[in-house]
This record gives sequence, structure tokens and C-alpha cells, in this order.
Amino acid sequence: MTIKEIQEEIIEEFASFDEWMDKYAYLIELGNDLEPFDDQYRKEQNLLDGCQSKVWLHAWMEDGKVHYMGDSDAIIVKGIVALMIRALSGQSPDDILENELSFVDEIGLKDHLSPTRSNGLVAMIKQMRLFALAFKAKQA
Amino acid sequence: MSLNIDKIREQFPILKSEIYGKPLAYFDNAATTHKPQRVINRVNEVYETINSNIHRGVHYLSNQATLAYEEARNKTQAFINAKNSYEVIFTSGATAAINLLANSFGDTYINEGDEILISTMEHHSNIVPWQMMCKRKKAILKVIPINNDGDLVLEEFEKLLSPKTKLVAVTCVSNALGTVNPYEEIIVKAHANNSLVMLDASQAVQHLKVDVQELDTDFLVFSGHKIYGPTGTGVFYGKEKFLNEMEPWQGGGEMIKTVTFEETSYNELPFKFEAGTPNIAGAIGLGEAIDFVSELGVENIAAYEEDLLQYATDKFNTIDGMRIIGTAQKKASVISFLVKDIHPFDMGTMLDKMGLAVRTGHHCAQPIMAFYKIPGTLRASFAVYNTKEEIDRLVEGISKIAALFG
Repeated sequence: MTIKEIQEEIIEEFASFDEWMDKYAYLIELGNDLEPFDDQYRKEQNLLDGCQSKVWLHAWMEDGKVHYMGDSDAIIVKGIVALMIRALSGQSPDDILENELSFVDEIGLKDHLSPTRSNGLVAMIKQMRLFALAFKAKQA
Repeated sequence: MSLNIDKIREQFPILKSEIYGKPLAYFDNAATTHKPQRVINRVNEVYETINSNIHRGVHYLSNQATLAYEEARNKTQAFINAKNSYEVIFTSGATAAINLLANSFGDTYINEGDEILISTMEHHSNIVPWQMMCKRKKAILKVIPINNDGDLVLEEFEKLLSPKTKLVAVTCVSNALGTVNPYEEIIVKAHANNSLVMLDASQAVQHLKVDVQELDTDFLVFSGHKIYGPTGTGVFYGKEKFLNEMEPWQGGGEMIKTVTFEETSYNELPFKFEAGTPNIAGAIGLGEAIDFVSELGVENIAAYEEDLLQYATDKFNTIDGMRIIGTAQKKASVISFLVKDIHPFDMGTMLDKMGLAVRTGHHCAQPIMAFYKIPGTLRASFAVYNTKEEIDRLVEGISKIAALFG
């Protein structure tokens, strides 16, 4: 699936929730289901400290695609991390750099990506793109 | 006298707000309190009717502004019962007041090897300025420990007092735990050791009666915005003797008597410590906020808030998995808590959706979080306009979210 298709799928999933509580319950579920973060990567340089919550991010290249592994100490943030990884992991550096993550706005989680929230998510998106850019530079 | 809380609430326009369609219940008062209409009006009125620079104009408006500003100083003096109005210095907040003291006190009294004593439960603003000063003067910062309840360990405090202890700088009330410290006793013991004392009353003046002469504290600071006043206002109190002895911190206009390129002689108190154009409208607004508090009576506010705190603590303790951080014998208006292993950010984010405003995180007191080995807490802090109905909503919200996490 392309990033665009995955984003559409996520938007569709969230469209079924009328209540904010259901939306958050789903994020909690996604957070709990996120593939465990490999502790060997839980180090300072992979930590995006957001003051309110922490995000860890690790990336690697495999067959021309960027793969991400992420984690957070706050479960709602972790749920959003899971969505980001779902949208971008396994995609080519070019695709990652060319696509905006518009689904966050669409599913009403824009608040969480405001720099004032200091939850580490803004830094994470930036870091995901930086990884893609670095891998792209390496390929060239 | 019991307070008419409905009447008090009516004076705060922001309390009528709806957040995500729910009525706002604001429990972040330790961060900042809301402002009553009379304070908002007074600040507007200054700009609309008497705006001018103070202490220097011969013209009518400047005189009016100066009178209003000095009247605010007199109100502050009366509020903390300072002996002289010129012992009250207006600053931009408690942080600026502590930085002022750290710099002026450091430059005047501190030599290499001298010691400053603070406590584990200080706000970062009562840690970092002292660290900076100690680094500059090669002095030593020592820390009074706390116990699991969040009380200061007084025996350790006494052991830490030494002939080198020049100043004890402690908070009256912990912003993160709500502990009311035995500051009367701390002052007596420090003075017996020939050490001076600074009290951080930022979380105290809005909740408890503070009388600087009765306490005999040498210095005291508080911020205006936590006592229903405008942001960007604060108070630094010091005994006349020390204010006269200390070097000023910031230089500029207003604080001088004569300036040549060779030398400057400083103005008298309080102007020596108020360089530049101060927050004139803000200080006058703070005077109005102090009137608001004084008219209600700090004792009445204290009694009402104590009842709220007890009510909230009892209700909180009925919640499954509730862990209150800070269980000191004497507390004021703050409950710091965690529920099960739910991250404070998650709980706070969801409470927000219910119109319930709490603070999450380390509350600018990371050493406390390190002591308890937790990343942070949720904090509900109360003001005179909070109600038991709001607390019921908060308890219900916490329970509902906790259930979601199973």
C-alpha cells in the first residue's frame, strides 16, 4: 500500500468513532499492540524528550525501504507513534519525504502535534523524515 | 466568616468558559490563578486613564501613575506586614525576585567556601539561581532532604547548618506536593546559627496568612499571578538593613542618583532595586488582587480551601489504584497523584477532554520526581473559586479513565 492509501485507511477507521473516549480507547489499543521496542536501541541518541512524555525512535534500511521502530512511555502518544509507523514504515525514502502526514489532522489529533504539547511527537515526525533523508543521501 | 463561593465565582469571567463543550473546572491554580474582573478592569483603567511613566514626570498623568503604583506598594506592605513600604520591591515574578537576591546577596555577602542551604522540594526557580551564584562565587549549595511523606527532615536540616551557612532559602509550601513547611522553626534555628533566611512564599500568600515581621524572615518572595494578579508581577521583600547593604543587581534608569562615566551612585530604597520602567499597570493590578484577597480574608480562604483539600483527599482515596504523592501532615491546596501505572500525560490528556484542567509533569521540581523515582505526577491545585461539585466531576473523570485502562 502507498502512504496515501494507508492514511485513507486510518481516516476511515477513525471515522467510525463518535465519542472522543472511543477514539482514545482505540489509540490505547494501538499503543498496546505496537511491536515491542528493542532495548538495545533504547539509548540517548534515539530519545526524543518532549518534557511531558518520551518518544524513542530507531530506523534502519532494508531492500531500499526505511523501517521504523518506536516507543513512548505515554500510551496515547505510543498509539499515535504506532499510526506513524504504520503510515511510513516499509516505504522508500522518496515516498516518505514527498508525503505529508495529513491523517493526524483528519482524525482530530492535531492538538497532539502542536509544539506546545511537548510530548515528543513533533520531534518524532521530524526525525522520521531526517532518517529518510539520511538513507537517501547514503543511497546516492 | 464563611465565604459565598457562588458570588466569588461570578467575579471570574473565565470560569464561565466551556472546554470541548463541557464547563471548565480549573485545577491548575498552583501554576497560575484566574483573575477577577476588578483586577482586569484596574489594569485596563490604568492604560485608559493614567498611563504614564512613573517617578520622573512633572506632569499630571505621571504623578497619578506614580501615586497608584506607590499605593500598590503600600497595599503589598500591609498585606505581608512589612515594617516599611520601601522594603517591598516589585519584580516581574518570584523567579526574578530570587535571581535578584541570588545576585545581590552573592555579590555582597558570599565568599569562596560559603554555603547556601535549600531543600529537595524547591521549585527550579529556587534551585538554579543559587547554583549559578555558587558556581560564580565558588560557594557550596547544600540540600535539606525530605522523607517519603514529603516532609522536610528537620534533624538533617540542623546538621546541615554550619558556620559557613550564609543563607537558608526554602519554600513555605511545596508546589509539587503541597507540603506546608515548618518555616517558623526553620527561621528560629537559622537565626540561632547566624544564617539569614529567604522564604519562597509563591504557594503560600494566596492560601495562608504571612506576616514577615512576626516570622522575622529576612527575605521573602512571591509571584503576583498566583494570587489572582496579573502575570509579569512579583514581590521581593527584604529587611531594610540588608537591602541597604546589598549591591543592586540590574543597572539602568530609575535606580541611580547620579551617573558619570567614572562612577554611579545608587538611588535609595526601593528604587535601587527597580531598574528601568517597571510593570506599572501590572503592579497596580496586583494591588487590586491583594485587595480582593484581603477583603475575603486570607484566614477565610484558608479555612475554605482546607475543607476542599480534605474533601478531595478523601474522595481521591476511594479511587482504585490511587497513589497520592505527598502525604505530609500539613498541606495546602495541592494534591499530586498517580493512578495505577497510567502515565500522567495520558490521564491529563483525557481529563482535558472532559473540561477538567490539571497539571501534568514534573512541576518544575525534578529533584522531587527523582526522589520518588517517578517521571511526574498529575496535580490538582485549588483556589478559592473551586467547588466540591467540581471535585466530584474530577473524581468521576479519573475513575472513568482508570477503568478504560483496566
